[in-house]
Amino acid sequence: MSGSYGNEGEQSYLSRKGFLTWALTLDHKRIGLMYLGAVLFFFLIGGIMALLVRTELLTAEGDLFSGDNYNKIYTLHGAIMVFVFIIPSVPAALGNFLLPLMLGAKDVAFPRLNLASWYIYLLGSAFLIFSVLAGSIDTGWTFYTPYSIGPSDNGNAIIAATLGVFILGFSSILTGVNFISTIHKMRAPGMKWMDMPLMIWALYATSVIQVLATPVLAITLLLLVFERLLGFGIFNPALGGDPVLYQHFFWFYSHPAVYIMILPGFGIVSELLTVHSRKRIFGYKAIAFSSVAIAVIGFLVWGHHMFVSGQSELSSTIFSGITFAVAIPTAIKVFGWVATLYKGSIRFTTPMLYGLYFIFTFTIGGLTGLPLATLASDVHLHDTYYVVAHFHYVMMGGLVIAFIGGLHHWWPKMTGRMYNIKLAAFASVLVFIGFNLTFFSQFFLGSQGMPRRYHAYDRVSESLQGTYKFWHQMSTSGSYILAIGLFITLGYLLASLRKGGTRSPHNPWGGVSMEWLTATPPIEHNFEGQPVCTHGPYEFPEIDKSAQDKH
Amino acid sequence: MNFTTILGDVWMPTSASTVADDTDAVFYFIHYLSAIFLVAIVAATIYFALKYKKRSDNDKTSPIEHNSKLEFWWSFLPGLLLVVMFIWGFDIWLKLQVPPANAMNVRVTARQWTWQFDYPKDGITAGELVVPVNTPVKLTMSASDVLHSFYVPEFRVKKDVLPNRYSVAWFEATEPGEYNVFCTEYCGKNHSRMITRVQVKSAADFEAWRETGGVPPGTSPAEAGKIFYKSFGCNQCHSSDGTANTGPTFLGLYGSSHGLTDGTTVVVDDNYIRESIEIPGAKVVAGFQPRMPSFKGKIKDKQMVAIIEFLKTLSK
Ligand code: HEM
Ligand SMILES: [Cu+2]
Repeated sequence: MSGSYGNEGEQSYLSRKGFLTWALTLDHKRIGLMYLGAVLFFFLIGGIMALLVRTELLTAEGDLFSGDNYNKIYTLHGAIMVFVFIIPSVPAALGNFLLPLMLGAKDVAFPRLNLASWYIYLLGSAFLIFSVLAGSIDTGWTFYTPYSIGPSDNGNAIIAATLGVFILGFSSILTGVNFISTIHKMRAPGMKWMDMPLMIWALYATSVIQVLATPVLAITLLLLVFERLLGFGIFNPALGGDPVLYQHFFWFYSHPAVYIMILPGFGIVSELLTVHSRKRIFGYKAIAFSSVAIAVIGFLVWGHHMFVSGQSELSSTIFSGITFAVAIPTAIKVFGWVATLYKGSIRFTTPMLYGLYFIFTFTIGGLTGLPLATLASDVHLHDTYYVVAHFHYVMMGGLVIAFIGGLHHWWPKMTGRMYNIKLAAFASVLVFIGFNLTFFSQFFLGSQGMPRRYHAYDRVSESLQGTYKFWHQMSTSGSYILAIGLFITLGYLLASLRKGGTRSPHNPWGGVSMEWLTATPPIEHNFEGQPVCTHGPYEFPEIDKSAQDKH
Repeated sequence: MNFTTILGDVWMPTSASTVADDTDAVFYFIHYLSAIFLVAIVAATIYFALKYKKRSDNDKTSPIEHNSKLEFWWSFLPGLLLVVMFIWGFDIWLKLQVPPANAMNVRVTARQWTWQFDYPKDGITAGELVVPVNTPVKLTMSASDVLHSFYVPEFRVKKDVLPNRYSVAWFEATEPGEYNVFCTEYCGKNHSRMITRVQVKSAADFEAWRETGGVPPGTSPAEAGKIFYKSFGCNQCHSSDGTANTGPTFLGLYGSSHGLTDGTTVVVDDNYIRESIEIPGAKVVAGFQPRMPSFKGKIKDKQMVAIIEFLKTLSK
């Protein structure tokens, strides 16, 4: 790729100071950074809720919180993590920052929409925060009817929270629309679809789901609000409605939404494993198209959340079959990442460590989807801790591990600073160990029958109670280790920003995709002049081109 | 399947129904296979990572981009295994969907936060599920408020209980004993209290239980009342030791006088107790929500008398 490094000419995008230069900015990089601050804040809050939940479960009795308060805390944990942390984390925060840079573009296609999506996100979050002040919701992040529309002391909180999620959906849709247009129209001259970094493919697939699936969630939640306020009788059995219909609507969005959550992680990991092993990705097309395949098939499997809900046997059978089909593109990706390491020159940098952890944790997450997709074993495992463990392995072990890895990979690009490398490697080990201890224990809990969303387990017969207590205590211990690792991480990242923090070299990892063509941190308009794409995103100088024909 | 016993203790609880061993077999099949895949993937990752660790700045890396043969096989073979899982799981699950024609019928009612089991033929109502061993039992279930779910881990059986339709589950217990019945669909404040037991009895013991309407022969009315107090789930909201809960405690209740939400007072006697059980909303004790469901028609006359006798033993 050619283009100038722009170190001297224009100023860094961070140099203009003042509140308004941020509040009114149309710069995708600044918007990305503001999103980053917000999602990290919510990650912190959601994480504290998780620690409270884990601490309550140390003992069988419900001794730390009342049942009501426990239910509010776990609901808040789930709702915050899903709607204001994970969903915007990679696309809106990292993606906003990186997408135009990786495409060699000056900004996203619609900078004003981009700013609008940020303010809509803030508004939606404000509704969520208001719902906490108005008594907090206790419905679980799934808002199942008729519980969510029944008599409640916190009716206003439920309305505020559902409206909040409704509003957040629009922010998500706008980001999606923006990314799709940018990818179609604003790739640098010379960049063909097959020259795009896999991060871009992943963001593309994610955006398509965001645009197509989110409206269904929006309508569902709006109906829920109408149901509460006006008694429509769509979901309320007392008025002839059907709670199973609600579940169909909800999962029609929320299953694709789990792919909104993981696909960007696939993108990041593809970048981490290539750059830090100086290799081309193994099976570029397979990985790119499997993202798209997952996005498409992902629309047809929602009923696997409902095998025991009372949906028809025929539906369950079909949904089970199609769910297995999703596993194939997932497996293709994992094999491709492992093969990418073959005959590379591997550097054990912190981003690479996270890339390697991801292979392990995500594989466990994917594999444990199989007994859940299998009808007979799901009957036993549904709504137990096994499901909780499964989705934390894919969402935390998949997306969040990738997100943290990506944050370490692009932190120098975004801030111009380098964090304390030794501390980072150390903290990453704590995160890895803590995470696995926390959630692997929960597989045993679940297969032994421990139901999810239980505030206490002191009514469980003695024989099982001992088993539950043991695994709960393992899990809680793990969560404390995990928390320490994450707090250290937050600490050294923030410390790198202080006056006199270490400056990062221009291209610390030797990346060759287009975001490394501009200054570090980038100049305000990304590139001086229009850069031209002359080679693929993984053409590292170390690659032995002379050996090319032997394969 | 014999490999169930190897890891049986860590992964799965005791198996106590005819379908449990089948479910375990497919569960372990998938887990052993997954373990093999996981070990292979991790081994390859660690091996590559160490073998191809950076040696010097002059390292050369392979230009390989893909390998169609390899990619085909590693998609196709796992694909085949997935088909096996699907069919195997489907086959067992079909059995779970079709209760045998000769099954014994029990009606299940779930409400926040109690279980109620009715034996239509015998006119018995109980808060614990009592079943004979080696006999298929068909549960026809409905909820009177929100969603619940019936789950017995040892039977590997679970089914949601809905307010607007009947759902059906069945099992055939193979081991006498006592097991947990969990509610596994989140149902509000006391979701984690909505646990009762299923007692699997030998044929003879079950017969005896049935003949005496669920109460052992020779039980005094007050003792029987105590059994009903638990079996109808009154104890979920009313303590017998003075502890505050969703409803007023029964300790010292009988014969006392109460302030009501409408400002009047009432003396707790037999008539007031009957009314409170059958029309709970008629007189609500000050300081409490009208949350109690009606038991009209569920608690029979004799049982009512027994419960009142039990309350008398708690009066001061
Ligand atoms: C091979 C791939 C996967 C398969 C076969 C699979 C299968 C399943 C199945 C069948 C369930 C329903 C279990 C039940 O409720 O009884 C489930 C739950 C879930 N899965 Fe996956 N899954 C896979 C990957 C993922 C990924 C990549 C994510 C997200 C990043 C994910 C997130 C979730 C979540 C959030 C739930 C539970 C939601 C809830 O009940 O609150 N899964 N999965
Ligand atoms: Cu799903």
